[in-house]
Amino acid sequence: MIRQSSLNSVSILKKVIYSLVLAIIAGIFSFGVSLSPATAAQADEAVLYGVVTDKDDLPLPGIGISVIGPDGFEDQVLTDAEGAWRIVTKATGVYEISIDENSLPKGQGLTNPERATVKVSVFMLGIDLAIQFPIGVGVVKATRLERAPQLALDGLILGLIIGLAALGLNLIFGTTGLTNFAHGEILTMGGIITYYLSLNFGLSLIIAIPLAILITAAVAGWAQNQYLWKPLRRRGTGLIAMLVVSIGFAIFIRYFFLFIFGGGTKQLPQYAGQAGLDLGLVSITPKSIITTIFAIIFLILATLWLLKTKMGKASRAVADNPALASASGIDVEKVIRSVWILGAALAAYAGIILTTNQGVSFLMGQDTLLLIFAAVTLGGLGTANGALIGSLIIGLMVQLSTLFIPTELKYVGALVVLILILIIRPQGILGKKDRIG
Amino acid sequence: MDFLFIAQQTLGATIGVNTVIFALAAIGLNMHFGYTGLLNFGQAGFLAVGAYSVAVSVETYGVPLFISFLIGILNSVIFALILGIPTLRLRADYLAIVTIAAAEIIRKVTRSATFNDVLGGSDGISGKFGKDFFDFNPFKSGLETSIIRFSANDLWVVIVGWTIVAIITFLMWVMVNSPWGRVLKAIREDEDAVRSLGKNVYLYKMQSLIIGGVIGSIAGFVYALSRQSVQPDNYSTALTFFTYTVLILGGAARVFSPIIGAMIFWFLIVFIEQMLRQAVTAGYIPEWLIGVNQVGQIRFMLMGLGLMLLMIFRPQGIFGDKKELALDARA
Amino acid sequence: MQERNNNSAEFFLNVELAPGSKKMDPILIADRVSRNFGGLTAVDVEHLEVQRGAITALIGPNGAGKTTFFNLLTGYDKPNHGEWSFNGKNLKDIPPYRVAKLGMVRTFQLTKALYRLTVIQNMALAAKDQKGESLLRSLFPFTWRKQETEIYLRSEEILKKFKLIDKKDDFAAALSGGQRKLLELARALMVEPELIMLDEPMAGVNPALKQSLLEHIKDLRAQGKTVLFVEHDMDMVMEISDWVVVMAQGKIIAEGPPKSIINNQEVITAYLGAHHDAELDENSESMASKNLKGGVNQ
Repeated sequence: MIRQSSLNSVSILKKVIYSLVLAIIAGIFSFGVSLSPATAAQADEAVLYGVVTDKDDLPLPGIGISVIGPDGFEDQVLTDAEGAWRIVTKATGVYEISIDENSLPKGQGLTNPERATVKVSVFMLGIDLAIQFPIGVGVVKATRLERAPQLALDGLILGLIIGLAALGLNLIFGTTGLTNFAHGEILTMGGIITYYLSLNFGLSLIIAIPLAILITAAVAGWAQNQYLWKPLRRRGTGLIAMLVVSIGFAIFIRYFFLFIFGGGTKQLPQYAGQAGLDLGLVSITPKSIITTIFAIIFLILATLWLLKTKMGKASRAVADNPALASASGIDVEKVIRSVWILGAALAAYAGIILTTNQGVSFLMGQDTLLLIFAAVTLGGLGTANGALIGSLIIGLMVQLSTLFIPTELKYVGALVVLILILIIRPQGILGKKDRIG
Repeated sequence: MDFLFIAQQTLGATIGVNTVIFALAAIGLNMHFGYTGLLNFGQAGFLAVGAYSVAVSVETYGVPLFISFLIGILNSVIFALILGIPTLRLRADYLAIVTIAAAEIIRKVTRSATFNDVLGGSDGISGKFGKDFFDFNPFKSGLETSIIRFSANDLWVVIVGWTIVAIITFLMWVMVNSPWGRVLKAIREDEDAVRSLGKNVYLYKMQSLIIGGVIGSIAGFVYALSRQSVQPDNYSTALTFFTYTVLILGGAARVFSPIIGAMIFWFLIVFIEQMLRQAVTAGYIPEWLIGVNQVGQIRFMLMGLGLMLLMIFRPQGIFGDKKELALDARA
Repeated sequence: MQERNNNSAEFFLNVELAPGSKKMDPILIADRVSRNFGGLTAVDVEHLEVQRGAITALIGPNGAGKTTFFNLLTGYDKPNHGEWSFNGKNLKDIPPYRVAKLGMVRTFQLTKALYRLTVIQNMALAAKDQKGESLLRSLFPFTWRKQETEIYLRSEEILKKFKLIDKKDDFAAALSGGQRKLLELARALMVEPELIMLDEPMAGVNPALKQSLLEHIKDLRAQGKTVLFVEHDMDMVMEISDWVVVMAQGKIIAEGPPKSIINNQEVITAYLGAHHDAELDENSESMASKNLKGGVNQ
């Protein structure tokens, strides 16, 4: 948590390499051993904790923190010599944590004065929550500059997650014309299956994750296309009708997940509360490093598939002109099947990254779907590389916008920018203008 | 099982407040989707604009209720313009994405703590903002018959609501059967052809978006008034999707379809929910299969499945004729 | 064949047989109109004048830019450069619907019948200056009822002429391909245009309907209207056009009466030599040259 902004670049690089190695070792050899002190809590309690530091990241002792919770829960503490505080809670529910701004030393204040009170939801006992009150001198620029690298990194990771999902959505749109509103549920499915495999079957994530991707690709990719969309295409169902069908399907699946999985956000049994590695300018958890590296690998493989393989090239031909592709001997249905399987696998992995980073709930896919759509629209509907660039832009925009707007409105900022871009460049960033005639 | 109770609940729902709200929302959507072919996925946003305009104007700023209705209509016109200006020149799916995004923007802004003082945050606004409306309530007591029950306030809302539905439906009928409506239907079929015949397609699409949106915001007035509260999460994308279900159930591009669709929709929802609930309570359905508090989830699943199956097998609606189905397939 | 020449041939008596030649009384003038798609020049027309009251054919091998040129002239696409005017009115940046309102109405290569409207509704839609098309007035039927009746009468009159009157209450989707072409032409007439631009009016029309379509187009000239059409069917071009404009690779390469065109060496080269730069549509390419030769033989 404590960052030193004066590190020179060499030592940052060293730190990055060191932590990457550490992270990979940790990832491979330490199953079940949590790196985080957070999960050390008792199963029947959840600890709210944090460290209050000043603008130079030096600890601030004696700062008043108060908590109001459900069933009349109330508690107050002062930060210790390290600036740390912790409050033990015994019940799930929404807690309001406030910092006593008057106890801050002179010249120090919250970077966002509206966040003197933070609401958090203790959704499950046994999982601790870290609460931060960013403090600066009120010289907002310096603070933003400090926050920017971390936000940019978070934004890139979010962008990659969106990109994984958007690539599949866009390929399916390109080859079949389907605007698939049920794509988000593939993410949820990937996450939920991973959860069940690792919790109920006791599989290590190293095995559970690839297995979950395979299952999702088979069920949400191959089977979904085979038993839902292919028959509909055969019937000659119109594109708008199929769009509405996908909405109905999304609702059905979403509430089916709620039915079997329940409404809460659930964490994977492994690595749930992993502590972030301090890399100088930024902090990142080892699991995040590993999942992100694999995200990049998968995206590269998918791109190579599109550019180099026969099937990939065929899929682009189908997207350009299905009739012509069919006439020139391409098996269009086979291409569509591959695209569905690939798209589902990528989306499943996107859902799995979200799950390892922040847990899985039945609404996860729906919440991400809008960002995926925004990314695809931004990049230009039906263009594969456009979707990736759009995703990175959306991811960065969502995170970096919190420099200027409250965190809770970060998605709003991204969506507003989407609408603004459409006004200026309707065809998206890389999309071609529709030709007529 | 208490069948009388089930019948009461079901009948009450079929002509009740929710049916009025969904009928109005779907009439607006019918203008967009049914007649003009506009893929508006932000109808929930129009309802939210209407509902919040009333609640915020009255509760936060002390504006008289009846003036707040005008503010609501004005706001929904502005909302339609914001949505329409960037997208109505583009392909249909862009409008879909922008409208769904805009509706979510509205929901997220209304529930944000940042604007808590004005918009009430995630708890929304509850209060007495409908007082001026209920002061006019001539009914001192509710309706209590063996098969149908309404409280005094609900009775008043339902009667005023259905009157509004009747008036708007009549106006819709006049409009869609006029040359103006003919242009809309032509745009739904092929807008380039309509341009080539000298009609300003953009203007007509905008008019359609505004009118359907205003009708949606009126649905929002009813929503807010009937409960004397507004809650941001009531205006999620699910509301829009269920409005589509209502519309398709009744058969899009028919004047009466929203009313019929809303009645069938709420009949089915409440009937299935009550049956399931009683069956679970009475032990006909084992607890391990469906818990009492899971009945609502089953209901949603069935709604999703219903929307899918309808669109696949009866896109012309429950009472639509085969002829139009054939046309659909060809178009 | 005789009557065709008696009223319009004299327009072209003193017209030079060269691309971009001056006409006696041009209704449409285009100047340096060009359009690129990603580095590829689709249209690059130096100068074109279209004679009022005559039937002008626009021909050329596939990919010559004829349809793109149509789209540019009618506002459906924007050129990179160029000016063009209709009846002396500059049409640059004028949207398609206003182009149509000015009296320049087009049809489409792929017929755009409005499927879920009936035939008569298709017709009535196209009538100009309808009071009931205003949002406010639509709510007061008594303000437009009378005009609507007149429009229906006029629609039925035209439908009778086009032998579509029996179908007037059918959905347009129920018509055959050829009937849809007829409907599209009939509908365009409801706009009361001065210039009608037809994009491949004969494509997909069976021979029986072809003849009646030809007669209707000739009839338009008799009514003093101007027709500009794109066509691959050389028989049709030969039979009804007063003047032929040939496009190849976006440029106008020849102009003249039909007879002079079929003997024009450049035109023949354009059609036959088009193979090397049109890999896409070889089939229709050779079809086109066959058609041209067919015309020559006649």
